[in-house]
Amino acid sequence: MTLALKRLSRHFPDIAALDDVSLDIAPGEFVALVGPSGSGKTTLLRILAGLDYPDEGSVTQNGQDFLAASARERNVGLVFQHYALFGHLTVRENVAFGLRVRPRRRRPSRDQIRVRVDELLKRVQLAELGNRYPSQLSGGQRQRVALARALAVEPDVLLLDEPFGALDAQVRTALRRWLRELHEELGLTTVFVTHDQEEALELADRIVVMNKGRIEQVGRPHEVYKDPETPFVCEFIGRTNRIALERRANTWGAGSWSLPAGASGGLFHSAVGYVRPEHLSLSVPEGQPAWEARLRHVYLAGSIAHLDIYVADIDQTLEVDVASEDLGRGALTPGAVLRVAPTRLVTFPLGDGPAGAPVLGERWIMRGPNSTS
Amino acid sequence: MRRRVLPGFGLSLGFAVTYLGLIVLLPLAALAWKASDVGLAGILKLLASPRTLAALKLSFGGALLAAGLNVVVGLMVTWALVRYRFPGRRILDALIDLPFALPTAVAGIALTAIYAPNGWFGRWLVPLGIQVAYTPLGVLLAMVFVGFPFVVRTLQPVLQSLEREVEDAAETLGATGLQTFLRVVLPTLVPTLLTGFALALARAVGEYGSVIFIAGNIPLRSEIAPLLIVQRLDEFDYATAAALGVVMLTFSLVLLVLVSALQRWTRRWAEQSA
Repeated sequence: MTLALKRLSRHFPDIAALDDVSLDIAPGEFVALVGPSGSGKTTLLRILAGLDYPDEGSVTQNGQDFLAASARERNVGLVFQHYALFGHLTVRENVAFGLRVRPRRRRPSRDQIRVRVDELLKRVQLAELGNRYPSQLSGGQRQRVALARALAVEPDVLLLDEPFGALDAQVRTALRRWLRELHEELGLTTVFVTHDQEEALELADRIVVMNKGRIEQVGRPHEVYKDPETPFVCEFIGRTNRIALERRANTWGAGSWSLPAGASGGLFHSAVGYVRPEHLSLSVPEGQPAWEARLRHVYLAGSIAHLDIYVADIDQTLEVDVASEDLGRGALTPGAVLRVAPTRLVTFPLGDGPAGAPVLGERWIMRGPNSTS
Repeated sequence: MRRRVLPGFGLSLGFAVTYLGLIVLLPLAALAWKASDVGLAGILKLLASPRTLAALKLSFGGALLAAGLNVVVGLMVTWALVRYRFPGRRILDALIDLPFALPTAVAGIALTAIYAPNGWFGRWLVPLGIQVAYTPLGVLLAMVFVGFPFVVRTLQPVLQSLEREVEDAAETLGATGLQTFLRVVLPTLVPTLLTGFALALARAVGEYGSVIFIAGNIPLRSEIAPLLIVQRLDEFDYATAAALGVVMLTFSLVLLVLVSALQRWTRRWAEQSA
C-alpha cells in the first residue's frame, strides 16, 4: 500500500501551490505535512483525496494510478478542520452515511450498518450521543464524529486537514494523544496537515516540512529538529536564535565570540548561524571566547524556564532555555551579567551578493568547546 | 424585572406592538367587523355560490401551483447564479428583482400583449392549441411572474453560505453527485425553500393588477377572488366584499400556518441546539 507521489505540480493563477513535490508514504505510516499557510500542504492533501488534481506529476498506489480514481472511488477518509458534518443528520446518521450511499449490491444490511455504527461510536467514545444532532455537540465531540464517519467506510488512507485547528488547547492535546493511540491500534496510513510544528513533532512518524509549494525537508521528528537542512526549517520547526556570523582569519565569529573555523565554509565570508535556546551555555569560563550578556526576563514554563538575554556586543536579544531547577543555582535573576556562548550552531553560508542570499546546499554544524551534544 | 444587556427593550417592544396594531391588526379588525354585517350565514351562503367557489379555487389553486413552480425553477436559477461564474451573471441577478419593481398593471399588460392570440408568443402557441391569455393558464403565468423573486432572494444567501466542504465530505464518503444533492444539499435548503414558497404563495393569492389583465375575467373560468371583491365594492356592497375578504384571509392564514409548521419540522435539527 505504498503511496508514491512523483513530481507533483499544481499552479493557481497567481501562485504555484505545489512545485515539483515527490514523496513516498509507507503503509501504516503517520505522516505530518507541516508548513505555514500557503505552503501547499492542503493542496497536496486535497489531491490525495481526489478533490483537486495536479497539473503535472503522478500518484501511484502499489504501482497503480491513484489519480485515475475519482474521490468517491478512492476509498480515503477525509477529516476537515471545521468538521463538515451533515447538520441535518444525527450523529448515527452521519457515521452511517458512507455505508448508506453505497450501491445496493455493496451496501451492508440495516442491521450490519447499525452494528458497525455502534462499534465506531464506542471507539470514538460517543456511544451515548448517537441520537444528537451535530449542533448539540462540543467541538471535540464533533471532530470525533467526523473521524468515526471517515473510518466507517474502512478507508485505505486517512487524511486529516488541520483536524485540531478549531479546538481549544486542552481539548487539542487530549485529542492528539487519542489520535496517536487510535493510529497505533488501527495501523492505518495517515496523512495529517498542520501549521502547528509542535503538533507535527509530537504526533508523526515522519514530518514533511513544506514552504511555498516545495518540500524543504522530510525526516523523523527528532532528525528534523536536530538537523534542519534549510534556514526555513531552522526557523519554522522549534524555536531558534539567528546570529549573523563573519569569517575572520581562521575563525567564524560574531562580536567578541568566535569558534575555530577548521575546514568549514572556507570559501565564504559571511554566514548565518541558528542556535536552539537549549544550546547556549550561560557560564563560559574566563579565557574562552564568549559574549557578555545581561539577563532581562525569566519566564517560568513549568519544568523549563525561558530566559531573555541581551547581548550588547551584537545588539541582539537571545532566547535561552534552562531547567527550572537550575534557576536558583546560577543566580539567574534579572539584571545578572552572564558569559554566554553557543554550544551548537547550524550554519548556512551567505553568498557575496548584496542581497546576501543563503547558498543552496551548503551547511555545516559547529560545536563549541563545552558542547555536550 | 432582570436587567438586560441591551437597553430599550420596553421602548422597542412597545413601538413594535403599537405599529403592528395600527398598520396590520386595525385594518383587519375593521374588515372582520364590517363582514359581521352579513354574518356567518351570509358567508356560508356566499361560499355556496358556484361563482365564488370557482374564483376561490382559481386564486388558491393557482397560487399554490405557482409557488410550487417558483420553488423548483427558483432553486435551479439560484443554483446557477450562486455556483457558476458566467458572462452576464450580474445582469441576470439584477433582472430577478424586476417583478418587484414593475407596477403590476404594466406587467399584466406586457404579458397579455405577448400571449394574446396576435402577440409574439400567442401567435405561435394558439395554433398549437395552447391558449394562455384569458385562461386559467394566464392567471398562473402572472402569479409565477410576481412570486418568482421571493424564492430566489430568500434562497440566495443561504445557498451562498453553504459549506462546500460538506459536499466534499459526502463525495469522499462515496456519494454520487445526485446522492450528495438529495441527501446533503436539499435537506438543508428545504426550510428556506418553504419560506420562499410561503412568500410566493402569499404574493400570488393577493395579486390583482397583473392577473386581471391577462385573465380575461370570465366568470367560473378565469375570474380570481380579489376581482370579485372589487366588483362588490363597485356595487357599494361593502359587507359582501368584506365577507369575501375574511374568507380569503382565513384561507391564507391556515395555509401560512401550515407552511410554517412544516418549516419548523424540517428544521428540527437546528431548533434544539445545546
